[in-house]
Amino acid sequence: MGDRVLSEAAHNSGGGGTVEYIQHHLTNLCVGDCDPVTHQASGFWSLHLDTLFFGYLIAALIVFVGWRVGSSLNPDKPSGFQNFVEMILDFVSTQVKDTFPGHNPLIAPLALTIFLWVFLMNFMDLIPVDLLPLIASTIGIPYLKAVPTTDLNTTLAMSLTVFVLVVFYSIKVKGPVGYLKMFLFHPFGKFFVPVNIVMTTIEELAKPLSLALRLFGNLFAGELVFLLIALIGGTLTVGAAAFFWFPLQVVLDLGWLIFHLLVITLQAFIFMVLTIVYLGMAHTEEH
Amino acid sequence: MNITATLIAQMIAFVLLIWFVNKVLWGPMSAMLVERQKRIADGLAAAEKGKHDLELAEKRAKEELQTAKAKAAEIMAQAEKRANAIVDEARVNARTEGERQLAAAQAEIERETNRAKEQLRGQVASVAMAGAARILKREIDAKSHGEVLNDVIAQI
Repeated sequence: MGDRVLSEAAHNSGGGGTVEYIQHHLTNLCVGDCDPVTHQASGFWSLHLDTLFFGYLIAALIVFVGWRVGSSLNPDKPSGFQNFVEMILDFVSTQVKDTFPGHNPLIAPLALTIFLWVFLMNFMDLIPVDLLPLIASTIGIPYLKAVPTTDLNTTLAMSLTVFVLVVFYSIKVKGPVGYLKMFLFHPFGKFFVPVNIVMTTIEELAKPLSLALRLFGNLFAGELVFLLIALIGGTLTVGAAAFFWFPLQVVLDLGWLIFHLLVITLQAFIFMVLTIVYLGMAHTEEH
Repeated sequence: MNITATLIAQMIAFVLLIWFVNKVLWGPMSAMLVERQKRIADGLAAAEKGKHDLELAEKRAKEELQTAKAKAAEIMAQAEKRANAIVDEARVNARTEGERQLAAAQAEIERETNRAKEQLRGQVASVAMAGAARILKREIDAKSHGEVLNDVIAQI
């Protein structure tokens, strides 16, 4: 990832180059209602094409590989990859069984989808930060943010879908009256109805928001750290100093990469488990 | 970090992805896992049953062996008894035969003796006559002395 930085730094040395570099990397490829100068979305009716492209690409990959594995299952002599998928499936299934009370055929596939999709989208973060934008720029795409989970739209889309499911199952299991009662009499009993309404509303809204923001924040920060590490070699390299800064960049990058491998897995896992927990709470009669 | 229509597009993608994952991966695979569990359980049950059957068969084989042994012993005893009987019978037969042969031989001997006696009687008569003739130095008239001779012969 150093090459791009080196060449960019050569063009515009100084602090302005650094800011521009980071800003450039954090700008989505926006179409529709966009600001022509900053290339940020200026209204709701715009699309982040890069987010959508990579999100859909990974989704398609999951479906394709899932279809390949699912259509050639061998119960007696599972092949290597089938074993691997079975292991993931078993892992998700165990989480659901441990956390989710009762039975709902939707929960396990939902959890598996979240785990796979989030993990693979997060995994895009491990691709060198300059590689994909560089390739994109050679074919005429000015902005590219390769990690869909560093776009709040993606994480919020998932958490809102989960939120809709939570509300749906809450009403279905507790009944409309029961759901209303939860807002009125929880958590402080019947003498604090107004406080209860505020508290429960905040609590319910915090669920999707915390889900979305936790994932987004972790991945965005991770991406930012990768960018800063990429800058070490780039902006500070002058002559012989490169012999010092370049190895440092490599070492730091490798360290953060290994640490981040843990982070992306953990974030995918947390998103999955919290989804199961929230839906499990929606399925219990008494709060 | 503006919220845009991307949100809606990603929500649609998410819902579709859940549906697809359930359809192509989770459904077939969990069905297969359930089936495999069942097969393993069946296999174990079959193995258990086989073991049980083997035990039963071994027990039965043991019993059969015991019965066969008892039967063989019985047959042996019977055979011995029969052999003894045959030997006894043979002994009796032999004795009877021997006695019969002995009697026949004795009868033969007696007959031979009698015949020899007859022969001797005749010869003794002629010898006696020849002896007497010598003693008397003359012919004995067989006719005239026949009565005496016959008396002598009868006495021998």
